[in-house]
Amino acid sequence: MAKVIFKRPEALTDKQFHYCPGCTHGIIHRLVAEVIDEMGIRDNTVGVCPVGCSVFAYDYFNVDMFQAAHGRAPAVATGIKRTLPDRMVFTYQGDGDLASIGTAEIVHAAARGEKITTIFVNNAVYGMTGGQMAPTTLPGQKTTTTPKGREKDAAGLPVKVSEMLSTLDGAAYIARVSVHDPKHILQAKKAIRKAFEVQQAGLGFALVEVLSTCPTNWGLSPKEALKWLAENMIPYYPLGVYKEPAEVK
Amino acid sequence: MSKVLMKGNEAIGEGAIRAGCRHFFGYPITPQSELPHYLAKRMPEVGGVFLQAESETSSINMVYGAAGAGFRVMTSSSSPGLSLMQEGISYLVGAELPCVIVNVMRGGPGLGNIAPAQSDYFQAVKGGGHGDYKLIVLAPASVQEIIDLMQVAFDLGDKYRTPVMLVGDGILGQMMEPVELADEVTVPEIAAKPWAAGGLQGREKPNIINSLYIVPEDCEELNKKLFAKYDVIAAEETRWEEYRLDDAEIVLTGFGTAARIAKSVVDKARAEGIKAGLIRPITLWPFPSEVYARAAEHAQKFLCIEMSMGQMLEDVRLAVNGKKPVHFYGRSGGMVPLAKDVLAEVKKIMAGGAE
Repeated sequence: MAKVIFKRPEALTDKQFHYCPGCTHGIIHRLVAEVIDEMGIRDNTVGVCPVGCSVFAYDYFNVDMFQAAHGRAPAVATGIKRTLPDRMVFTYQGDGDLASIGTAEIVHAAARGEKITTIFVNNAVYGMTGGQMAPTTLPGQKTTTTPKGREKDAAGLPVKVSEMLSTLDGAAYIARVSVHDPKHILQAKKAIRKAFEVQQAGLGFALVEVLSTCPTNWGLSPKEALKWLAENMIPYYPLGVYKEPAEVK
Repeated sequence: MSKVLMKGNEAIGEGAIRAGCRHFFGYPITPQSELPHYLAKRMPEVGGVFLQAESETSSINMVYGAAGAGFRVMTSSSSPGLSLMQEGISYLVGAELPCVIVNVMRGGPGLGNIAPAQSDYFQAVKGGGHGDYKLIVLAPASVQEIIDLMQVAFDLGDKYRTPVMLVGDGILGQMMEPVELADEVTVPEIAAKPWAAGGLQGREKPNIINSLYIVPEDCEELNKKLFAKYDVIAAEETRWEEYRLDDAEIVLTGFGTAARIAKSVVDKARAEGIKAGLIRPITLWPFPSEVYARAAEHAQKFLCIEMSMGQMLEDVRLAVNGKKPVHFYGRSGGMVPLAKDVLAEVKKIMAGGAE
């Protein structure tokens, strides 16, 4: 008898992703959807997607969704969670959205201990608008607005979001993961699951920073991009759990 | 019913609660501070939520979340704060989310001052944020009218799925007047919102709160849909007050606090034998243009009185459409017109001395 061993998670719609070949948004979407399925919370979950490459995520997640103004997803999620405290509310945001235009919103959602889960996708570049420098662009990294590479004196140094947010007492769970190989993908899924469990247990704000690729704007093949992530991003953005409540360890 | 003495800013808060609003998000700013102070105490008493946000930008986006989840929700601020909210207001319109936004206006531009003004008229009625849209804008002129219009504001918002703005000024916010208030707080019946995205809860198809229409044809369709809605609102929801208008030779007009001053001038002018009348728009949008057009048939002159350099003036002139001269008297930057100065202006106009 035939047995299904792999299928599309219920928490994803049938809509085909628009992402570029080799972009890891698809993997991260799937991990979030698998966690929603496995926790059995699809009926009770509300997602908020950002402005940027994942702006269309409302078409991909098979749950009630909001599209938020650039950087404002944590404020929108706050409005949802404060009216419906028993729902599971998550935001899905890129690095331009969360770490540049939306720094106030993410910092204060974390400071308030807002009981939401944030999936923060860091690929060190603005994707949708054409490969400009992001707050997370590495020193020396070439982008369309740092053609000679990011220079410290002119453009400053990257924002390390997980380190920064983990200093806030309201942040309950903060982890940085990567999706450049299967082993790390499995670790990423565990972290995402924990970030949802922390919310379910009402312990406070939870965020998972996922190091991600942008082959198109990095000017690399999908395979080269995965290698570039491992060799360049991970040394600058160390993986690990930055903050964790005792209850879910 | 009991008579209660209330401050305008507190009446906004109590009016919202009576209208079934249980969620408030806001950021401190003068001269509307009594409102968040009041709701910080009052919301928990009725099982509601008061949350002080990190900025007006966040307040309005929290409103977007709560409104999209299907709840009656409000924010309030004063002029500079409203400038910060414009992005969020445009998104609320695009996603067709009902909510109530209060602007207790103060002197501007820039940081200006905390004195009463009406110089955000353009911002309120002509857009303010980006894109093709309008807001329903309500302008009460007394504390009782604040209470009454808060109910109207929430009802219209829900009925038309649109943000509604209520504008006042520092005087209206700070002054105390007696109001009729039901002894019991009852939760009014609020129609179901099947479009709300508060979790599937057994529903099969997800709801999406969104203002992105990437295909231009679709975005144009949205705009046509919004403007068809605005046509209905203009036809059915326009509100105004007329005072001694029937035989008026000079029509004074203004909204909110300026209209109260104008009304007192109408009586003073009549006492001196000048046939004066008043048109007070209660909805600044939709604007009661037809009332002006009708009055222009018999009145000789119009005088628009505002606490600004002349903003509503443009709509009055469009409505009068060149049939009669429309004069202007305004004080701005937080200054308030005095009745005696307005009366002097009326006399000058009627004597043919004003331009």
